[in-house]
Amino acid sequence: MENRNPHSQIQNTTVLLLNLMSQLRIESLSYMGRPPIDFSIDHGECISLSGSSGSGKSLLLRALADLDEYQGRIYLDRKECHEFSAPQWRKQVGLLMAESCWWFDTVGAHFEFLENSGDINGWLAQLDFDSDVMNWQVNRLSTGEKQRLAIIRLLANRPKALLLDEPTASLDKKNINKVEDLLTKYRKENSAPTIWVSHDPEQEKRIASRHYRIKGDLIIEEGLERSSR
Amino acid sequence: MITLSYLDLGAASLLVLALAGISIKMRLGLQNQLLISASRTVIQLLLVGMVLRELFKTSQLGWIMLMAFVMLTVAGRAVQSRQKRRLKGLWGYGIGTSSMFISSFAVTFFALTAVVSVTPWYTPQYAIPLLGMLLGNTMNGVSLAMNQLTQTAWQQKGIIEQRLLLGQDRSQAIGDIRIDSIRTGMIPIINSMATCGIVSLPGMMTGQILAGSPPYEAVKYQIMIMFLIAAGTGFGVMASVFLTSKHLFDERHRLRLDRLKND
Repeated sequence: MENRNPHSQIQNTTVLLLNLMSQLRIESLSYMGRPPIDFSIDHGECISLSGSSGSGKSLLLRALADLDEYQGRIYLDRKECHEFSAPQWRKQVGLLMAESCWWFDTVGAHFEFLENSGDINGWLAQLDFDSDVMNWQVNRLSTGEKQRLAIIRLLANRPKALLLDEPTASLDKKNINKVEDLLTKYRKENSAPTIWVSHDPEQEKRIASRHYRIKGDLIIEEGLERSSR
Repeated sequence: MITLSYLDLGAASLLVLALAGISIKMRLGLQNQLLISASRTVIQLLLVGMVLRELFKTSQLGWIMLMAFVMLTVAGRAVQSRQKRRLKGLWGYGIGTSSMFISSFAVTFFALTAVVSVTPWYTPQYAIPLLGMLLGNTMNGVSLAMNQLTQTAWQQKGIIEQRLLLGQDRSQAIGDIRIDSIRTGMIPIINSMATCGIVSLPGMMTGQILAGSPPYEAVKYQIMIMFLIAAGTGFGVMASVFLTSKHLFDERHRLRLDRLKND
């Protein structure tokens, strides 16, 4: 991921050919008046993204989910965002917001309109929820419970790409590991390109193979050790 | 019918003056507002009386339309000024005004041609009071509903965007808020239909009775008016809520709160 390099058309073309196989590809993406960026994330690849608060991490993810206006092009599997309706795009490019919102009384009501494909009961068990959780009242959930359920709610749409905004921020050590395992398993099984926003360098090493940091208007690759994916 | 002289009105105004005096004594600070409002009542109603007298004399469609148009634009401004967060530019004014136009004018036209069946249909003695009552009530409903819609959308930004992110379209994402807003706009007229005659005698009926109409005739007119108001308010509220909520999103189903202006 680097700032768009205007000096070579040829290089751009090469990148484009190489990227035909990549799943999430961003071309001259510019949001909120920032200079355009190009990058791509391969099938099943996870990159981590860090940066001080207010640096625009969430804004980048919002643009990628087509929730904010942007200039440029975003491709998922060679198909451009505007070839899909916005709701279809958001089902495929699933964005987990830093703070999840719940608006019905029970947990289950929030799952009724989703695709609900995938092993929801298995995921619930993996994150230590019993099967009764769908009848729970939302206003009695703790912050951590909301966060973990929001992750399962996101996956229930079977997204093809994941945009995760600090998915473990409100969790304790034990649950952080479980959530990391669950999301990594999903990413690998579904070959989902993933952007994971994190503030914890240790976590970045665990979950991602490439590491990026937002500094001012720039998005810079960091020289952290590569972990196997 | 007993006509009132200006001396009679002066006697009634003594009550308002007495109230203003008490307001000064009790330091309520309301006396200025009270007297200004009372003076406005006198001036505005005398003026409208003059206009109506001339209008009834000429009975020309053009003048009646002009009067209706003035009433509509004033109502549109009133709706706009009651919004805490209104749509920027001409949109807010346009949506409120056109919703009231569609519902009030259509219902009034229907009443004049199909219910009252007066000839010509625009006879001002019927057209202007009917339209006035409809516009007044529709105005209340529309401004309540639009205010509720924009306020709630503002407060529930997180929830609306969460719903969009999970793949709902804009109608689904704001559906509950839409329904709540329509209810808010329609509840006053539903309540007044449910209680009229028991809690209060409606103003128009009272007026007709004072003017010497047999109570039964006045009652029949009042029933018709209640139905017309309910329909006009309902259609106006629905139109304004649908148009406003549509304009709160763009074609890519993004919530666009930047289209609202805060007061």
